[in-house]
Amino acid sequence: MRGITGFVQRWALFVLIVLIWEVVTRLSASPFFPPPSQIGPRMVDLWLSGPASRLFLTDTVYDHLLPSVGRTLLGWAIAAVIGIGLGLLLGRSTVAMRYLRVLLDFGRAIPPPLMVPFFLVTLGLGAPMQLGAIVFGAVWPVLLNSIDGARSVDATKVDTARAFRLSGPQWMGGVVLPAALPKIFAGLRLSISIALILMVVSELVASTHGLGNQLVAAGRDYDMAGMWAYIVLLGILGYAFNIALLAVEHRVLRWQPGRAHAAASR
Amino acid sequence: MPTMLEVSGLGHTYKTKDGVHNAIGDVSFTVNAGELVCVVGPSGCGKSTLLRTISGLITPTVGEVLLHGDPVRGVPADLAVVFQDYSRSLFPWLSVQRNVEFPLRTRVSARAERRERAREALEWVGLSAAGGKYPWQLSGGMQQRVAIARALASRPSLLLMDEPFASVDAQTRFELEDLLLRVRAEHDSTVLLVTHDIDESVYLGDRVLVLSKSPGSITTDLDVNLPDERDQITTRASSEFVELRSEVARLLHGGEPATRPSPSVPDTAANDRFLAAERAETHSTSDT
Repeated sequence: MRGITGFVQRWALFVLIVLIWEVVTRLSASPFFPPPSQIGPRMVDLWLSGPASRLFLTDTVYDHLLPSVGRTLLGWAIAAVIGIGLGLLLGRSTVAMRYLRVLLDFGRAIPPPLMVPFFLVTLGLGAPMQLGAIVFGAVWPVLLNSIDGARSVDATKVDTARAFRLSGPQWMGGVVLPAALPKIFAGLRLSISIALILMVVSELVASTHGLGNQLVAAGRDYDMAGMWAYIVLLGILGYAFNIALLAVEHRVLRWQPGRAHAAASR
Repeated sequence: MPTMLEVSGLGHTYKTKDGVHNAIGDVSFTVNAGELVCVVGPSGCGKSTLLRTISGLITPTVGEVLLHGDPVRGVPADLAVVFQDYSRSLFPWLSVQRNVEFPLRTRVSARAERRERAREALEWVGLSAAGGKYPWQLSGGMQQRVAIARALASRPSLLLMDEPFASVDAQTRFELEDLLLRVRAEHDSTVLLVTHDIDESVYLGDRVLVLSKSPGSITTDLDVNLPDERDQITTRASSEFVELRSEVARLLHGGEPATRPSPSVPDTAANDRFLAAERAETHSTSDT
């Protein structure tokens, strides 16, 4: 019963706004703002009208959507491995941080889309260029949050670890990593949305296929419903990534006092 | 009784912005196997520094620490430490059982044996039923018991405790004190406990070492002539206890030892060296 109430509370306003959007767009009849009732069928037509043998998914899904999603996740995963690994090491070294602080702040301040032309020149057209752009953009939140998390390990834990003679790997993997995980997850969620942005941007700028490329193509053909379909899809992807990550985070960090409490009171 | 710990001429200075801070002066004493020795001192007298140098967490500027004859360089394998701040010392992401198990990885390779040892140690401190819980689900006193179990699970030959009961309420402190006395009697543990609580030092200790104001050095080495069986109510009410605690209090406030030749303040260190030498002599003769 409470689950149903929660579900209604979460989605009521969303549904209402879509309905208002429907009414307003129908009344205005602007060609640039097709009503949701046109966008929905266009989405089905674009992606879900394939043969049964291909799970009812169209060629567009296999040729454009899945590769784009794959690149996003791969780029994000590479950024996560680099960010967490490097972040934990740097976070535990005051000397390294003293030297690298400015460099990190500088690197993070560069708007990642600006690096797309650079990767285009150095890596050429294709997946490596896109991955490069995604990794460059997505690595910062993970890296900086991992550094922060590793630095937050208190002096008593350092003493405890030394008193029990923990080895380097036991210390990093058994104490620093779990202590930093809450911060790391915050960084991971930030960076997956950045990865999604850079996937689209890199495909908008220079690509022969992919989600961003299809979005541009729809716009060029004045297929407004199709363009909106891709915009909605990006929203759905971002939302789904976030929900999935939150579920993983909730499971991994279930030891946190606040979490169990929140779960119990839900 | 064989000597477990031998501290001689120990001193430590920190470099600070405005020069050097002399945390501990010239500390010498010994702890025999099976003894529970309390170090009591005013706040800021370098108690924690003393404990950290003995445990090998920091290297002393001068002097030497010997654990059953071997010089301490880095934390020795058969030494365990219980810290005051149990909530920070325990790992919040591990269950109570795993908290006790985790540090055993460095000395016990078989997972099953680690699990068994941790279970056993939790039983010693009366927490058999709490193994599956997370530390934050327990009260402060129970958390400190987990920390004690974790230290005991490695079966250390010397247990160091840094103000272990300073962060719990009075009632819990009494319970934990009795728990410590019970556990060390059952396992014949050697314990060096640092505290600022005079009553606690007398109640727990076989001996009480009184530390002077910073730079700390030991002014008195007091034998506690109370029966081994101690009770929070009757022991604390006994005239011997009251006498001892007033004596420690008097010494802490700069008083001079009643039974020993009274050293003037600059001579404290010399007096300590003399006493240490005297003790070393008696021990070496009793050892052989």
